[in-house]
Amino acid sequence: MKVIKHSFDGVIVGAGGAGLRAAIEAAPHMKLAVITKLYPTRSHTGAAQGGMSAALANVEEDNWNWHSFDTVKGSDYLADQPAVDILCKEAIDSVVELEHWGLPFSRLENGKIAQRRFGGHTVKEGEAPAFRACYAADRTGHMILQTLYQKCVSMGVTFFDEFQVLDIKIDDGVCKGVVAYEIATGDIHVFEARAVTFATGGFGKIYKVSSNAHSLTGDGPGILYQKGIPLEDMEFYQFHPTGIYRLGILLSEAARGEGGILRNKDGERFMERYAPSIKDLAPRDMVSRAIATEISEGNGAGPNNDFVYLDLTHLGAETIKQKLPDITDFVRTYVKIEPIDEPIPVQPTAHYAMGGIPTDVDARVLSDAKGTILPGVYSAGESACVSVHGANRLGTNSLLDIVVFGKRAGQSMVDYVSSTKPFSLSENAGEDLKNKINNFIEKEHDPNFSVPKIREELQDSMEENAKIFRSEESLTKQTKILSDLRERYQNVTISDKGKVFNTELLEAIELEYLLDMSDTTVASALERKESRGAHSRVDHIERDDSNWLKHSFAFKNGNSVKLDYKDVELGNYEPKERKY
Amino acid sequence: MDIKLRILRFNPETDRKGHWEEYNLEADPDERILDLLHKVKWFDDGSLAFRRSCAHGVCGSDAMVVNGENMLACQVLVKEVSNPIKIEPIRGLPVIKDLVVDMETFFESYKKVMPYLINEEEPGERERLQSPEDRDKFEDTTKCILCAACTTSCPVFWTADTYVGPAAIVNAHRFVFDSRDNASKQRLEILKDVNGAFRCRTAFNCTTACPRGIQVTKAIEDVKRETLTIN
Repeated sequence: MKVIKHSFDGVIVGAGGAGLRAAIEAAPHMKLAVITKLYPTRSHTGAAQGGMSAALANVEEDNWNWHSFDTVKGSDYLADQPAVDILCKEAIDSVVELEHWGLPFSRLENGKIAQRRFGGHTVKEGEAPAFRACYAADRTGHMILQTLYQKCVSMGVTFFDEFQVLDIKIDDGVCKGVVAYEIATGDIHVFEARAVTFATGGFGKIYKVSSNAHSLTGDGPGILYQKGIPLEDMEFYQFHPTGIYRLGILLSEAARGEGGILRNKDGERFMERYAPSIKDLAPRDMVSRAIATEISEGNGAGPNNDFVYLDLTHLGAETIKQKLPDITDFVRTYVKIEPIDEPIPVQPTAHYAMGGIPTDVDARVLSDAKGTILPGVYSAGESACVSVHGANRLGTNSLLDIVVFGKRAGQSMVDYVSSTKPFSLSENAGEDLKNKINNFIEKEHDPNFSVPKIREELQDSMEENAKIFRSEESLTKQTKILSDLRERYQNVTISDKGKVFNTELLEAIELEYLLDMSDTTVASALERKESRGAHSRVDHIERDDSNWLKHSFAFKNGNSVKLDYKDVELGNYEPKERKY
Repeated sequence: MDIKLRILRFNPETDRKGHWEEYNLEADPDERILDLLHKVKWFDDGSLAFRRSCAHGVCGSDAMVVNGENMLACQVLVKEVSNPIKIEPIRGLPVIKDLVVDMETFFESYKKVMPYLINEEEPGERERLQSPEDRDKFEDTTKCILCAACTTSCPVFWTADTYVGPAAIVNAHRFVFDSRDNASKQRLEILKDVNGAFRCRTAFNCTTACPRGIQVTKAIEDVKRETLTIN
């Protein structure tokens, strides 16, 4: 195993929307490398569909304060309001900037960027659904990813494609660089860099039914967590209401934004009972809970009564073709149903982590609940928790988050690099990773301790015990299961001992991150004895602002989790009962 | 149902050339080809190498040759292909291991056509305007996910990897026909080159292969015609 050393000022880990946006900001000012375990264009930003909100007011009166209000209310008042104001205010310039870089938005007749309705976005603080989501058909994420990558190509940004970062070097509380594994050769690469941004995305693969890519295994949060950095608000995991039945493939909320309706087995538009004013366009946590409730009450469709229908049949072929071409193609491809004529079987699917690496509004990573900054380390996008999404993210705000806070991460890297001198990284910086890999290579393969078995049990049990509805009982049970899985993981083995494209080795390392993500999710959820946003406790059904208007910080404590808390930063909006 | 899966395997650390291996699997007709590959990798032979990420046809990682045709393994169901199922790496690019090929020349060709918006004019504080009709002119080619299914189905590319290939031309088309872009002439000069659009012999393999349904051959023809407008 060769160890190759590189020297950069800054390194960005991950080449989805947040990583690429950070790179565009930082590249002109430093020697920068973007490291990704995929090719940049394979990143999961490309799977985002419906849109990116900004109060452009192209269709109707709008302003960013209403966007802020909706985001805070949607977050069930857990988001930090100063951060939300930044998100919503900077949204407008962010969309315009993407357009200037070539993003092919769909257009209105007057040539302006088209905007559509989306869940939880309203005008005048709840009066009616708002046309706020800027979109490019139902492939907005694809277009953002392509546009940002194109911009990076035009700037000559340095990429290390199919290099997987697996370690960070922090000496005396200061970041010195990262260590990566080159997938094609098995070589280890040590990247000296004093500014490092983690933009590694989410970790939806802790659940069985998920809209997430196979690659979304929580690498960035996992690497930092194992170094003692806490993870914030891990109990808040979003289940998107409309995943394709059993497969979990995402069908955008844009389908409902364009007029699609959810129906139970009797054809009833059940969201009228749960959210009388905005119905099917209620925020995702509420719609997913409504679907789960319908199913548990026997109103689900199909032989097992375990799904509901997304009905687009009244929209007409032309609207579907123009505005929802991709998702309707997914339905034709995977379910063999024609959505113009037939309703689509859907169920909630694990979709988005509101929690993650704690950061301030400048994407600087915090190493404790007091807000101590970890010098040189940044995070943006789904891997980070600013927190702008609080307990429940509104649709379209993730694409916004990646560009607004991706840019801020890039700016922070520039500020830091320009005010510090290069550090030198010790010669043996690659040793820890080398040893970890050698352990897997040297240990004889035992099929009873294989990665897929442990991972499958992890995903099945998380689905069973820590999904939409949770209880002390289910979470305690899951804690025990996770502890057993962790024990078995200590003995996990792989059969491939080769150097070239040994993805079995990488799946083994990623499995540890999945265990870390599950541990912190379950521990934080067990402790939070209230229901807020996506975290629904059947044994504590009310939101409890007097005790729980605070963010959780989960620290690694041996093989268990230690929790600390930080108060929510309020602003213009006092917590109120959340009704739609 | 019982499935016979034949995979062209190659491990550069132990093999001098590729060889077929056969796997007998139990599969649901609604499963994806990618699910079958995972079954082999996870429960039979962990060393099987293939790329994959999103598993629903939008990231472009898992283009491969299934029963002789280029497709995304995650986009085709077991019931849609004949059994036994033969899987090979996409053609015309060097094989690294099993179903993984070296994509470098592919991305180099992509970068040659300047795949980014070029417009030096000050755009102002708000978005540039573009009519829905102008936007529609390049709608089809914005869908490209750079999976290489088109380029590696092209018989011209098989014989000469210096040819930029269908995917690069598709990505040139996406900017050449964008009313906001000012660099069509530069791109078309590149595509007039001996390794540019005119190497295309309209075999239409690319159009059949595109998992996004892009009319690739038509886009290439559009670009060829457009090069005639510059001199």
